[in-house]
Order: sequence, then structure tokens, then C-alpha cells
Amino acid sequence: MSSRDIVLGRIRRALTDVPREETPENSPVPRDYWDTHARRSDAQRLDLLAENLADYRALVHRCPPSGLPALIAELLAARGARSVVAPPGIPADWLPDEIERVADDPSMPPRELDALDSVLTGCAVAVAETGTIVLDAGADQGRRRISLVPDHHICVVRAPEQIVDSVPQALARLDPSRPQTWISGPSATSDIELDRVEGVHGPRTLEVVLVSAADEG
Amino acid sequence: MSGTYLGMPSFPTAAAASTRDMRLRGNLRHATHTIRAKREQAVAELGDWQELRAAGAALKERTLRHLDHYLEQLEDAVTAAGGHVHWAQDAAEANRIVTDLVLRTGESEVVKVKSMATQEIGLNDALARAGISAHETDLAELIVQLGDDLPSHILVPAIHRNRDEIRDIFRSKMGDRGRAAPKNLSDDPRELAEAARLHLREKFLNAKVGVSGANFMVAETGTLVVVESEGNGRMCLTLPETLISVVGIEKVVPTWQDLEVFLQTLPRSSTAERMNPYTSTWTGTTDEDGPSDFHLVLLDNGRTDALADTVGRQALRCIRCSACLNVCPVYERAGGHAYGSAYPGPIGAILTPQLRGVGSELDASLPYASSLCGACYEVCPVAIDIPEVLVHLRERVVEGGTVSVRGRRTTVKPAKGHAAERAAMRAARWTFEHPRALRAGMRMASHARRLTPRRLPLPGAGRAWSDSRDLPRPAPESFRDWWRRTRGPDAGSADSGKAEVRERGERRDGGAR
Repeated sequence: MSSRDIVLGRIRRALTDVPREETPENSPVPRDYWDTHARRSDAQRLDLLAENLADYRALVHRCPPSGLPALIAELLAARGARSVVAPPGIPADWLPDEIERVADDPSMPPRELDALDSVLTGCAVAVAETGTIVLDAGADQGRRRISLVPDHHICVVRAPEQIVDSVPQALARLDPSRPQTWISGPSATSDIELDRVEGVHGPRTLEVVLVSAADEG
Repeated sequence: MSGTYLGMPSFPTAAAASTRDMRLRGNLRHATHTIRAKREQAVAELGDWQELRAAGAALKERTLRHLDHYLEQLEDAVTAAGGHVHWAQDAAEANRIVTDLVLRTGESEVVKVKSMATQEIGLNDALARAGISAHETDLAELIVQLGDDLPSHILVPAIHRNRDEIRDIFRSKMGDRGRAAPKNLSDDPRELAEAARLHLREKFLNAKVGVSGANFMVAETGTLVVVESEGNGRMCLTLPETLISVVGIEKVVPTWQDLEVFLQTLPRSSTAERMNPYTSTWTGTTDEDGPSDFHLVLLDNGRTDALADTVGRQALRCIRCSACLNVCPVYERAGGHAYGSAYPGPIGAILTPQLRGVGSELDASLPYASSLCGACYEVCPVAIDIPEVLVHLRERVVEGGTVSVRGRRTTVKPAKGHAAERAAMRAARWTFEHPRALRAGMRMASHARRLTPRRLPLPGAGRAWSDSRDLPRPAPESFRDWWRRTRGPDAGSADSGKAEVRERGERRDGGAR
């Protein structure tokens, strides 16, 4: 008998108290928790996302679509970044000419990726209530490792369409067959005396750019 | 402290030493109180916390009651997505599977994400015996590994260490396993984290094999979920070519949607955050993104025995948040090592004796490592009634009974050392049923009053009990003798006695207090 059969056999013998007529589907689960913790306008949702991102030490910037290239150039210049890895879905005019744009190349050894200054991505969805951005390897997000190894991550969120209120709403939008990374602030640890320290292995600086046509003025 | 749980003493023996360690007490007190207050705040933000808690408990219960169905569904989904599924009956088999998989890659080093399951089965030692070095990459696990120490907390394994101890460990040990710590390293947590970053980055960038656990496995889609903070998890899950995940069979949840409950309750219960910094999800393998070879090892190792116990089964709902540790007065004083397993605190006190049985002195002592105050149940995000299971397991320890051992119904004898407790209870019962003997005994105790020691030095197993309790001083005269003396010999008859008591009671209620 295989170990698979042995373990499954043990499970079936362990569950003799479960009535035969009970199926997985009719085993009751009350779902009276909330789909969102408040009703919000687009503007309120955007504000809450900004507030919660900042609370976990992400650097938050807001701009209208027309101001995005200038803002990105400014953020890169402030860090003295020269090389930026950007997946193919990032429009060419988002990056200034003097920056070396590096492609998201699967054959690039991790060490070379480590030598790059920054990474620029979009996102799949952002969650206002938790201050979370979710990357799902879409064309403007790239492979999981590019938003991990460089020390500086700029992530562009399009408001209002990419922002949801809550975790349940985010999961409903996402496709589990795609690899995902949920990011809430820069990497952190509480391992020393349960005091939170930001910045361990993931990018130590996370900058989130909230792009909203409502900010066009 | 060396890195094994084998041959550890019983909880009271270990706790007798650890409770006198003032530095440990201070570290634990500081850490648990810090996180307790923060957790309360994080939970209070959600007006539907109780509904989420009830849903989480029900989801886990649904899964457990149909575990065979969900595991087969999970296996199909993982396989369809390009992964390989292995089944392990016990620790030895799981270790063998992982070791063989690593050897097949030709590598002699692996990077590890913090995982309770691999700690439970002693994977690192098994790999070392095969000549494979496993590098722990979670900061706290690194501190534990470098210090040749054992984890003492589910979430923060090095909670027993304070910052200057950590600095000393980094300074003296980091160089043995790779990039050394800077000579002038201070005890500032920022500097310590930076030293770990540099030390581990070398490992990540060269890693070919990663080993992880998982917080959740979604049966419907075959998706695995790892919840973490530092990014070491992301490194281990995406940079290596081969990924091996060792996961307990109870970690399965039915659907992708069900994560909406646990991704709200776990971070808030555990690190007291709205959301942990990083959550990774993956389904089998993805072309040119992350490992090309993915193996899932499904681990039983006693879980089916816990499943067979209709009271104890609820322990398998646990999502390893560690909120119960942080509120437990016993954990706060005794520390995690006294529990003698990868699972300390209240959850460990009910999980370990079910996974390993109550055959050893240590495991039989764990259900008693509690004051039954119930704080653990209050904070549990999946509503495990830990006190209920503790009492149930105490009964098993004292009385024995029919349990499942490696999937077979087995009658176990009462645990050694509790014979005295049973004998004492039987003797007490006989005495209370024989008033003449009771009277004689009490009179004797009163006469020997001056000779009675403050403590009763019971021999053998009874000593643990008597050592921690003062003997009540016998009264100069027993109640029965006083009654006879003041009410006369006939007062002992039932009717007159009751009337007297009633009258006295009324008088007392009427008087000023």
C-alpha cells in the first residue's frame, strides 16, 4: 500500500463520526462577515489607500496621468538611480532617456539583477483597507523576482479602477493560477524584541505612485 | 540548549529552571505585552471580527470533516499545474522524501523559509546527516540556528533573546556559515537586520533549492500561500530552480475565496498588522517565473490521530498565529522551550500530546501546563476551545482510554506517575464514605498539629505537586468534634443538624458584616 493510501485510509477511519449524508458543500459555513468595512467614494478610497500605505512606511506620491513621467524621473534622480528594470508593459515614455532601461529577462542571473538600482512596475489591484498592492505577473508587473531583488521599487497604481476597498473584493478580482505577490509596505521584521524594523530582504524603499485623473488640475 | 527536543524533561522540571531565569522573564514579558496591546488595536479595527472568527472556525471544520475529499482535490490541482505531490506518513518518511529530492538535484545547500512543519520533523538534522546544509533565512530562525538554540515562539522564534544577545551571536557565529558580521556591529535592531540582509543575500543569489512550508493550500485551485514579513520567503520561493514545500495535511482550505477570511484574521492576530508585508501565492509551476520544479510533501505525522479524536480535532484548525502564546500567563513565565516541541504555548499544550501521544513524561505533563484561564480561547481567530481540549487530555493522561495511534485504535494505559493521583482520589472516596475513619483521621491530624511540616515532601511522582504547594495547617479541632462538643452527641443526626444550620445562617445574614 502506498503512503498516500495509508494516510487517506487513516483519515477515513478518523472521520467515522461524520454522518454519511453530510457532504463538503452542506457542511455549514456562516459568511455574514462584511464585504467592506465602510462605503466609500472613489476619492475616499484613494485617500484611505494612501494613508494605510504611508502608515506602513511606503512613500506615497500622487499625480495626474500627464505628470507621471516627470514624477518618475524625479524619484529616480533623488536616489541617483541609473539602471531600472521595467517589464514590457511599462510604456516607453514613463522612463527618462538618461536612465538605462533593463528588460525583465528570465536568463539574467540573480546577481545581475541585484546590481540594478530600481524596478518600476504597475500592479493588478490595490486594497485600501489594508494598504496593500498586489502584483500578479501581468505585462506591466513582470516576473516575481524583479520586484524583489532591486532595493528600490516604484509601483504605479491607477485610480480609481485598480483600487478596491477590502481583501474579499481583491481576491474576487484575482486569478489564482497566476503567481501573486501581495505587498504591504517595504519588507519588515519584528523578530528583535517584537519591535518593527523596516527593510530586510525585499526592497527597502517602496514608493507607490497613485495616478488619478481627478488630480488633473 | 542544543538543537534537539529529544530527551527533554517534563514541563514542570523545565519550567522550574526557566521561571528563575530573570533575563528570559524580562525578554518575554516585554515582547508579549508589546504585541498584546497592538493586536487588540488591530482586531478592534474590524467591526465583523466575531463573524470572521466564526467563519474561519467553520471553514476549518468543514475541511477537517471532509479532509480526504479536499486532499485528493488538492493533489489533482497541483499535479495539473505542473507540481509533484508526495505523501508522508511520519517525520522519517517526510525527511527521506525531501533528502532524496535534494540529492537528486546534486546540490549540497538549501535555503529555507521559516516553517513549523520542518521544525516539527527535524528536517535540518536529517539533511545534515546526508551532507546537506540547510540555511534558515528568517531573521529569528537565523538567530536560533547560529546560536545552536531552539525556537521558543511560533512567530518570533528568538523571542527569548534580547538585542545584545543577538549582537553577540551575530558577531561570534555569522562568519562560520558565510559572510561575517561587521566587527563594530551594535545592538541597534536596524544594524542587526542589515547584518542579516548582507549575510543572507549571498545565500539567496546562489540558491538552487528552496524548502518551505505553507500557511494555506487551496484545494480547488492547487494554490499554496506563504505569509511573511521580511522577503526571505519571496527569495526562497522565486529564486531557486527547485522548490520543496512540506505542509501538514490540515493546512488545506476549500476555495480561493476562503482566503478572504484567513488573510484578514491571520496578520491581525499574529503580528498585529492590517496586512503582513508580503504574501506569496503560487500554483504549480509558471514558465520562466520562479522554480521550474515544484514538489509538495503532504505530512501526516500524527495529524490523523488528532483528527480521530472528536474533542481534540479542533486543534487542527490552528493557523499558527501565536496569539494564544502572547496572552498566556504560563507561557509568559515559563518560556517556549519548556514545552519541549516546535509548538509552544497553549496550542502546543494541546497539539503536541495529540501528535506524539502522551507516552513520555514530557508529553503527559503538557496538558497541565495551563491555569485554564481561557484567555487563549478568547483570542483564537479560529475559536479553538483550548481549555476544553486541555481538560479532555488530562482525563486521557490520568484515566487512559481508546485513542488512535498511527491510524490504529489502541487502548492506552494511564500515564506513568499519575497512579498516585488516582490512588489518592480512590482513598479519598473511601474515607468520605466511612465517617468513622474520617473522624479518626482528622483527630489525629489535629493532635499532631505541631509536627506537621509546611510542605509535604511526597516521594516520586507526587513531588511535583507537593513541591509547589504549602500544606494547609490542620485546625486545632475538627469541625465534627467542635459540633459534637458544642451541640452534644445527638446533634450529629441529620434532621436537627439541618435545622441548626438554617437558623445560624439566617442570623448571620441579618447581622452587619
